[in-house]
Amino acid sequence: MNGLTTTSRAPKSTAQAGGKAASEILSEIWRALETLTDPEIPVVSLREMGILRDVRGDALHGFEVVITPTYSGCPAMEQIHDDVLATMQQLGHNASVVTQLAPAWTTDWMTAEAHEKLRAYGIAPPLACALSSTQADASDSTTHVLTFARRSATNQKIACPQCASDNTTEISHFGSTACKALYKCLACLETFDYFKPY
Amino acid sequence: MVASSRADAAHIDYLLHLADNAVVLGQRNGEWCGHGPVLEEDIAMTNMSLDLIGQARMLYQHVATLIGDGATEDSLAYFRDAQVFRNYTLLELPHHGALVGYALDNRDYAVTIVRNFLYSSLMLLVWERLQNSSDTQLAAIAAKSIKEVRYHVRHAGDWLVRLGDGTSESHDKAQAALNHLMPYTQEFWSASDFESGVATNGVGVDITSLRNAWEMQLQDTLSEATLQMPTAGGFITTGKQQVHSEHLTFLLEEMQSLARRHPEGVW
Repeated sequence: MNGLTTTSRAPKSTAQAGGKAASEILSEIWRALETLTDPEIPVVSLREMGILRDVRGDALHGFEVVITPTYSGCPAMEQIHDDVLATMQQLGHNASVVTQLAPAWTTDWMTAEAHEKLRAYGIAPPLACALSSTQADASDSTTHVLTFARRSATNQKIACPQCASDNTTEISHFGSTACKALYKCLACLETFDYFKPY
Repeated sequence: MVASSRADAAHIDYLLHLADNAVVLGQRNGEWCGHGPVLEEDIAMTNMSLDLIGQARMLYQHVATLIGDGATEDSLAYFRDAQVFRNYTLLELPHHGALVGYALDNRDYAVTIVRNFLYSSLMLLVWERLQNSSDTQLAAIAAKSIKEVRYHVRHAGDWLVRLGDGTSESHDKAQAALNHLMPYTQEFWSASDFESGVATNGVGVDITSLRNAWEMQLQDTLSEATLQMPTAGGFITTGKQQVHSEHLTFLLEEMQSLARRHPEGVW
């Protein structure tokens, strides 16, 4: 288990930016980081997932790449951290990776491209948190916090990523990872993962 | 930086209380890994354990930063003994009622579900308040944890209704689990020194102020589950004040043995 910040030391000669404009270097970094994907869902990039939050600094003083965890216990975070650091090293930059908790990651940050890619990969993308009864009820007043507890998400229509039918039913709140629920399509009878609103 | 004043000590103890709660229940529920009553529940329980252990990690990391002196999340989780843990006694109990001979035998899923419901519905209220903690890192941890505990409450609540309002056997087991565990919830409301300390300085919440809301939630779900709310009386446990049942030592022995036999091992 590692701490919050780890620093990569690049070879000194390659850290020289060769006179490139700062904005050019930054877009080079973003382009390189764009190739990094979520280890659990290799079709979406860290940026599309909303995990990669910021790149700041400059070639002279080094860069800070800010990432934010999805679920608290997500085992992919260590891998993501290492992937980012290795990419920055390959580019020849001194860099550190900062893990930032606030503002808390939400599935609402996932881009439209990410939703499409998830669907094509066979995972139903998350509904917006505001539409999810789980989120809406709980943030209300304390005495009504549990109104969502008794029934599963039967009122939410989750479309099957295979056949697009919304005649689907939840099998289990928790699927192959903490961030997904397991659903079954009653039209094509395939099971599928649903990325839960968070 | 060593915790210098009473307020600092209360702050650290409170964070450790939250962290120990999460790690102990995470470890306990992790015992279902490979033994769940059905595959979906095996997966659900281990996923929720992962959430709890993740929350514990963030809290231990935060404590380690505050106390310095070489402390790490690992030293706090693996190298503290049972008598300094501050988790609620409720969370260290085995997955069965009082009269079973061996801790690993006769696991009763009703006990697991009832405990998860009693605890996660409390934490829903606690994390909600802690989002406004004067400790900004704790507030950030609370903002993440509340998203996770909502799913934990939903899971436990659904199962409580399914068991309570199910067959006569599942109903009786759920009621027995509730009768067994309810007295342990008294510990939630008997405020300790460190809890009073953080309630006044804005780091923590006044736990006793959450009791009404918690009981209303519980009553609501129990009615639908056709279960009777038992009276919580008798001995008030003191786990958060570091006096535990015999079960914590066994749980920690299993959790800590690897790290202790291979100190500073990396993998």
